[in-house]
Amino acid sequence: MLATALLEALNLEVHYGGIAAVKGISFAVEEGELVCLIGANGAGKTSTLKALARMIPAQGEIHYRNARLDRLPSHDLIRHGLALVPEGRGIFARLTVTENLAMGAYHRNDKAEIALDLQHIYEMLPRLKERAAQVAGTLSGGEQQMLAIGRALMGRPQLLLLDEPSMGLAPLMVEKVFEVIRTVAAQGVTIFLVEQNARLALQTCSRGYVMESGLITLADSAANLLADPRVRTAYLGE
Amino acid sequence: MTDLRKYAGMALIALALLALPLVLTSMGTAWVRITNLAILFVFLSLGLNIVVGMAGLLDLGYIAFYAVGAYVYALLASPHFGLHLPFWVILPIGALLAGLAGAVLGAPTLRLRGDYLAIVTLGFGEIVRILMNNLSAPFNITNGPKGITRIDGLNVAGMSFNSTDTLFGISFTGPAKYYYILLLLLLCVIAVNLRLQKSRIGRAWVAIREDELAAKSAGINTRNVKLLAFAMGASFGGIAGGMFAAMQGFVSPESFILQESVMVLAMVVLGGMGNVWGVIAGALLLSFVPEFLRYTVEPAQKMLFGRLLVEPEVLRMLIFGVALVLTMRFRPAGLWPEARHRREFGEKRA
Repeated sequence: MLATALLEALNLEVHYGGIAAVKGISFAVEEGELVCLIGANGAGKTSTLKALARMIPAQGEIHYRNARLDRLPSHDLIRHGLALVPEGRGIFARLTVTENLAMGAYHRNDKAEIALDLQHIYEMLPRLKERAAQVAGTLSGGEQQMLAIGRALMGRPQLLLLDEPSMGLAPLMVEKVFEVIRTVAAQGVTIFLVEQNARLALQTCSRGYVMESGLITLADSAANLLADPRVRTAYLGE
Repeated sequence: MTDLRKYAGMALIALALLALPLVLTSMGTAWVRITNLAILFVFLSLGLNIVVGMAGLLDLGYIAFYAVGAYVYALLASPHFGLHLPFWVILPIGALLAGLAGAVLGAPTLRLRGDYLAIVTLGFGEIVRILMNNLSAPFNITNGPKGITRIDGLNVAGMSFNSTDTLFGISFTGPAKYYYILLLLLLCVIAVNLRLQKSRIGRAWVAIREDELAAKSAGINTRNVKLLAFAMGASFGGIAGGMFAAMQGFVSPESFILQESVMVLAMVVLGGMGNVWGVIAGALLLSFVPEFLRYTVEPAQKMLFGRLLVEPEVLRMLIFGVALVLTMRFRPAGLWPEARHRREFGEKRA
């Protein structure tokens, strides 16, 4: 067990009926790190993340600071400082941008601080400010992704779980979203990122895990993974 | 200036609402009764709107809560058990028990959505009706299909609501008196619903409707919030049911058939899911139009063709059905939709 680990999963398993999607994996994320989990379609990445966020039943231990996440209900995680940006963004399509962001602070009561955070998010994501009164369903895919990240940040998380933020976005927009991710990380938020776009993920993160059919097969620094011939042939298309 | 106009407008509306039963009485007491029933349907629609419109949980058995409220009133204020509790004790009990029934329905269906939830709630509605039909043996609780008769009417400060009273030279019939108390209740119910729509809990309901996973991640306890939607929605049905029993003086299981659930749902959808004013408009329209047709279809046919071509009852429902279809075709988000729905549908058309 890492002495400084913020999040640590031990022997995490996820089953759908008789099918094992995650077959007993262990990994850790340290405070302030930007770590990614890469792998092909169906490798079990999203299941891993959903298990961490307590959205699906799973076996194994999840340690987070001094708490055992595997014993908490999903809606309590944000109170412990852990926010999920779900796959496919999960914005509230019929609420306005501002209402969406306000929902991110649902568990908070400090109105003045919430207002400050909202201002801060709008400074960081000016595109959202322009569309503050617009219904979120009418935003472009990239803007929706920004909104989903902004909404998660409104909960003041220490650990942000990001599920495939590049999914379905134009390459230019992907760049922008990752720019935001780097900014958020630079502000001291620890990030655990699940991504299919292996190259971009490894270029952004400091460390990475590679997942294959439910198991973690490689774990190394991002630089080493980028240089690893196995990663290069399987995920970087070389 | 605009304030003055606003207040003048409100005063006019208030005056019109107060004078309405007197005008209607001159057209026949039946119309006052129809109006009272329409107000009950507004209660029901607003209750169902919480579940379907705000929280997005399709409920096809909603009338069961109306039944619970009606039977609670009937059992506690009739010779059946020899109990004659005052209405201000019974109505809260009815609301509470209906709310409890809502939670009982909600608990096992928390993981269900859409069509699956619809089927389970439909079954629940039927279970309640069939229970009422059969709880006459071995202990006679509901008196079975014969229903419960001679239910006490309302009685406030010694004034009975079932007889005519004369005040300031104006005579107020029983139904007219019920109208006033229903109007008062209606104002309370509308106020509660408007507050709910804008409240934190109202926003949580909308969030669950939109994306449950994201709602959980935002810290919403989706289980409790859904149960609350079921319970609150049901409690409005319970109040309406209690008033129904008091007004009619008689309840039997056949008042609580599936068609009634479907009707209330149609009111919510046609009026504009999620918007309190739209739902009220939907409930009033769907209550009055069939009654209006009842009185006009027959004379209209005789005038046009000289004789009855189509059975009035059949034609009435045909016109009603066609009107529903046309409304949904040309105003898919309802007559007076919630701003969010309107924006969404407008988007799609553009």
